[in-house]
Amino acid sequence: MKSSRQLEMLVGVFMAIGMVALFFLAMQVSNLGTLHTGDSYEVKARFDNIGSLKVKAPVTMAGVEVGRISKIGFDKERFQALVTLSIYAEYDAIPQDTYAKILTAGLLGEQYIGLDPGGSDEVLKDGSEIEVTQSALVLEEVIGQFIFSKAQEGEK
Amino acid sequence: MTGLLARLGRSGIIFLRHLGRATVLLLHILASMGEVLRRPRLLLEQLFSVGVLTVLIIAVSGLFVGMVLSLQGYYILSQFAAEATLGVMVAASLVRELGPVVTALLFAGRAGSALTAEIGLMKATEQLSGLEMMAVDPVRRVLTPRFVAGFISMPLLAALFSALGVLGGWFVGVGLLGVDDGAWWGQMQARIDWNEDLFNGVIKSLVFGFACVWIAIFQGYNCLPTSAGVSRATTRTVVHSSLAVLALDFALTALMFN
Repeated sequence: MKSSRQLEMLVGVFMAIGMVALFFLAMQVSNLGTLHTGDSYEVKARFDNIGSLKVKAPVTMAGVEVGRISKIGFDKERFQALVTLSIYAEYDAIPQDTYAKILTAGLLGEQYIGLDPGGSDEVLKDGSEIEVTQSALVLEEVIGQFIFSKAQEGEK
Repeated sequence: MTGLLARLGRSGIIFLRHLGRATVLLLHILASMGEVLRRPRLLLEQLFSVGVLTVLIIAVSGLFVGMVLSLQGYYILSQFAAEATLGVMVAASLVRELGPVVTALLFAGRAGSALTAEIGLMKATEQLSGLEMMAVDPVRRVLTPRFVAGFISMPLLAALFSALGVLGGWFVGVGLLGVDDGAWWGQMQARIDWNEDLFNGVIKSLVFGFACVWIAIFQGYNCLPTSAGVSRATTRTVVHSSLAVLALDFALTALMFN
């Protein structure tokens, strides 16, 4: 049997290694380290088609993440998707007439929302709505349009 | 025909009796948790033999499993020019599945079998009866610290397995196969959710730890006090634990990641 001191130290080392491994997994492997914990405000946007956009997808501006999608709903009256974006509080000077479009990371990657700033002096506040939006690119529709236009060319 | 039916019924009754006895033992152990607080030294010794001595096999296996995952994943993903997601694949499969499951299987083989053999031998050499003679409850004194030690060790070992697996995969993927370092970590952080993936993995390993030590301790405590009985109980520990872990894993995965 090991002496009491040695035993305590070895068990201590074991516990420490386990904790370090958990900490490493949390901070380096998962999104806990990059998670935004500050305040944010909510902005709404309506889209005709959101494609495969998911809750928690990033909202970017010039490629930098400025927020996350917090909710996706359906507007029963206008038959549109109602997306709630939660923008981090430090980005509080985004113009009112900003243009929101759904983009795809890479050819088959995940979809996210890109914001193009407008020129208005008024800024987006909690509860305001982005008026100008562009739907997601749905591959079938693009191919369909391409075939349709080719067929029309052939008729001429 | 009737003989077959009778034997089937007999084994059914024996199974139920064992399950009942195991449940009573578990309740007895849970009721005597105070002993661990009163004599931390007992827990310390068990943490050493259950946890510290298992670290080496877990660390080496984790490293190699991560390296193999990376190698195989690269082979498939490079056909779709999607090597950048290799990190996500390695980390997700380790954190969600392989970390908890393989750790539990190794734990059953390394620590569970040792627990059963030790307790069984104590029973066979009448040490447990000796304790009872001295009015010391063997469940309190011998079994409870072992149970707690196993329960504490399992999630730590599983975390170590996953962490070293990710590092092993990183070594092969980024170091040898030339996947981009930034893509490896960046995509991983973007796609692995701390709550959905990591926390559920930890819950899994807690459940597996509970099941593995329960089986190991029960088999040891319940074995026939002969050398053949101890050897059979040790085998049963490994077989039952492995089956329990795999079945529980299916149930938990279906519950958590539907």
